This record gives sequence, C-alpha cells and structure tokens, in this order.
Amino acid sequence: MRRVAIIGVGQSHFGELWDLSFRDIFLSAGVEALEDSGLEGKEIEAMFVGNMSSGRYLAQEHIAALIADYAGLAELNVPATRVEGADASGGLALRQAFMAVASGMHDIVIAAGVEKVTDVGSDAAMDILSSSADREWEWFVGANLPSLYAMMARMHMEKFGTGSEDLAGISIKNHRNATLNPKAQFRREISMDVALNSPFVAEPLRLFDCSPISDGAAAVILADETTAKEYTDKLVYLAACSQASDYLSLQNRTDPITMSAVVQASKIAYRQANVSPDEIDIAEIHDSFTIAELIAYEDLGFVEKGKGKEMVREGRTEISGELPVNTSGGLKACGHAIGATGIRQAVEIALQLRGDAGKRQVEAEKGLALNIGGTGATAVVSIFEVA
Amino acid sequence: MLPRFWRKIKYRYDLVGSYCENCGRSFYPPRNVCPNCRRKSNIREIRFGDCGKVISYSVVHDSENTRMRKPYIVAMIKLDDGPVITSQLVCSPDEVQTGMRVRKVFRKYGEEGESGIIYYGTKFVPADSE
Ligand SMILES: [Zn+2]
Repeated sequence: MRRVAIIGVGQSHFGELWDLSFRDIFLSAGVEALEDSGLEGKEIEAMFVGNMSSGRYLAQEHIAALIADYAGLAELNVPATRVEGADASGGLALRQAFMAVASGMHDIVIAAGVEKVTDVGSDAAMDILSSSADREWEWFVGANLPSLYAMMARMHMEKFGTGSEDLAGISIKNHRNATLNPKAQFRREISMDVALNSPFVAEPLRLFDCSPISDGAAAVILADETTAKEYTDKLVYLAACSQASDYLSLQNRTDPITMSAVVQASKIAYRQANVSPDEIDIAEIHDSFTIAELIAYEDLGFVEKGKGKEMVREGRTEISGELPVNTSGGLKACGHAIGATGIRQAVEIALQLRGDAGKRQVEAEKGLALNIGGTGATAVVSIFEVA
Repeated sequence: MLPRFWRKIKYRYDLVGSYCENCGRSFYPPRNVCPNCRRKSNIREIRFGDCGKVISYSVVHDSENTRMRKPYIVAMIKLDDGPVITSQLVCSPDEVQTGMRVRKVFRKYGEEGESGIIYYGTKFVPADSE
C-alpha cells in the first residue's frame, strides 16, 4: 500500500442555507478544496461522494454524476461514485478514496460529502435521518433515532452513574468551540442552566443533547505521497481509514452501550497507523447525540468502559485539555449535514494538523475522526498524522 | 408501508421469532440466517412467552412519527424466554422504571392520515395490571 496524503480541503458553511441550492453548496466546498490544493481540476482521476438521501431530500438520484458535471468534470469523464451509510456516508466516501489511492489505482482522488435537507420540513428531515434505524422493527413502534440514543443514555446512566450534567457538558463544550469556527451553524455559547432546562426530546435526552440536521458540504483531495509533494510541503497523511458494521437494530446487540463497530474499526485503524489511543492529540467524534460522544471516548479506547463521564468532568476533551474533541463544534454546534459530516471531520483534523485552524488552533501531530451511521451499525475511524 | 406491514403481520401481532436448532439462540424480529452459525444455521419459528422486563426506556415528547400521540413510551424489553424486543409501554410515564416486569398486549399503533389505515401490533403493560 502507498502512503496517502491530503493535499486540499474545503467546506461550505453549515446550517439552514435557505438561499443556497444543493449545487451551490457542494460547489462552494469543492472550489475551496481545489483552490487549497493548487490543482487546476483536470488532475482529478476519480470522485467519491457521501450522501445519505438525496432521493428523499431532493427527489434527485444519480448525484455523483451531477456533482462531477457541475464541478466542471463532465468533459473529462471522471468516474464519480456515490456511497451511502446513513450519516456515515462521508466516512465511507473518504475510505473509498483512501483505498483508491493507497492501492495505486489512482493518484489524485476527491472525496466529498453533501446533504441538502432544508427543502423538506424538519419532521420530514428527522424522518429521513431516522430511517438509518430499522424502519420495520424500531421506527414502526415509535423508536426514532433520538429515542434509541435516549435508551442508550439511560442504560449508561443507570449502569455507570453518568449524569445529565455530563452529557450537557459535552454540548456546552461543542457550542463553545463553534464560536471559534466561522463555518459553524451555532456560534454561541450555552450555559449549563440553559442546557439542563431545555425541553425533553426523548427522556433523558433534551434539545441540547441533539444535533441539528443541517445543510452543508465538504471535500478533501487525496494523493499518493510522491504526487502530494509536488503540490504542498504541508503534508497531512491519512494513515488509516477503517470501517466496521454491527447489527442494524439496537435490540439485537449484546451490549447496547458498547458500539462494537467503533471498537473494531478503531482497533484496525490503530494497528494500521501503528499508534495507540494515548498518542492521539485531537479528535473529531460523531456527536449526533451527546451520549454518542461520551460512549465513543470509551469505545475508541481513550478511557475505560463506564468512565467516559470522567473525561468530561476533568475537562480533558476541552479545547485546552489533553485531548481536544470537536474543536469544530462537532455535529451539535458546527452542524450535522448528514452525508457531509465524515468529510467535514477530516477537513477539521487536516486544518488542525497543518496549523490552519485559526482561533481554534491546538498543538497536534496525530488526529482521529470517528463517523457513525445511525445508532452504530456503521463506523468509520480515520487516523491522520503529520510526517 | 402497507405491504411491508402486512407481510410481517404474524410476527407483529404475536411474539413469533426465530430459533436456531444448531446453537440454541433465538431472535426477534425473525431472521433466516443465524449470526452465530451462518451457513450451518438451522432456523425454525418459535413463539415466545408474553412476559419480560424493561431494560431501558424513553418517554418520547417530540417525534416526527405522526402516527403517535405524544408523549409515548418506547422500551427495550428482555423477554423471559427470548431476546430483547423494542416496543411501546402502555402506562403512565411516572410508573415506568428499568427492571419493571411487563406483559404483552395487542394494541393499536395509530393510523395513516389520509388512507385511514389502522395499524395494530404488540405493546406491553405492567405485568400486575388488568
Ligand atoms: Zn445458530
């Protein structure tokens, strides 16, 4: 396998982008990535696009070709492929691009993610996201995505003494980080009081435990090491990009508060990148719900099972802590543009490792991104490093 | 949703799942391949008993599911002689707690707005209730 590097990154704004169309959104990310890389465009050999549900959000399928077309690649006949794994679709696109370059099949590949959700109402948007769970045996009985994560949260609270304040602490941290990110959806701090008094969505989860569903897009351009050196001297390597799956339904998992797909994908990624969890300096973690970030602290091996709350209480994942998590604001405050999220996480880690993260810059040489589909039936773990 | 619903009606109205003769594990909803035995699976249908206990639950206040009147209670229930099932609890939110013993009942799961189709299925009530 060849070493794979990131030579360009771009992202749109995230949020309710009423005045922007699907095409506008992905182009803003794609153009930014091209400009960042110094490529003209014709060097791109293949494209992978993460998108969960353009068919239901926009009644438009065949969007990989559409994106290649409007990105000006039609006459170059660049192969463009859409991949889907619910809100891990972006992570899957990154992994496809990674494999294409690492294998020697292609030298320069773009991995993108995009979702345009606000052309349907908010109930419809959540209905579509909830279809990442089992439609017939979970959603049918009313177990939508928030309520499934709520049941995980209750189990974690009752078994390990995790508190509502611990979950709120994650939301507060991510909101605070988002104030430093010009692309983020919610750029305002929230207090513990506001978080703990926000209305219940699905007990014990409240409004501020749940990420929004957002419009947005992100793109990264990958190249093999030799090619990459022609374009940049600030190389960020994608050292591993691993994927695992699990039972689709929470009810079928042996332990509903351990995400086996996260455990497995991270084990493979650590081995492939030859790093241990304690060497990771910064992470972007899929906080579709606050409990997901807390469980991920454990399942990624940053802390023992059941002790995720201590990471919060000791401030270890704050931007000033030993392992800053979600410096972008995460899904909660930067925004969750479903299929874009996995790529947006990669953009954030690359910016941080290059030293281009502006006001939210931290010292880091090794970074990790975790992108989860639904309640954890898909997980993608990527490890990034400089040098 | 309708054809998908009718195809599985037997499994929704009664607690009918799958049992693997090869390893003795049981599954709900039914499946054709045992994840423990794969090609060596030997699956037959099994009807589980009516009782179990709540292992987690959530009182849902805000849901996009327009068939459901809010708040409603979803729960994961470990059947005494079977696997974990996701279902609804019919009781007051004040009454429910983890570990509570529950019993299966046949109840309405709401109706489709325009078509007027009514869905039925399995829910659970506290075991000591009428
Ligand atoms: Zn078996």
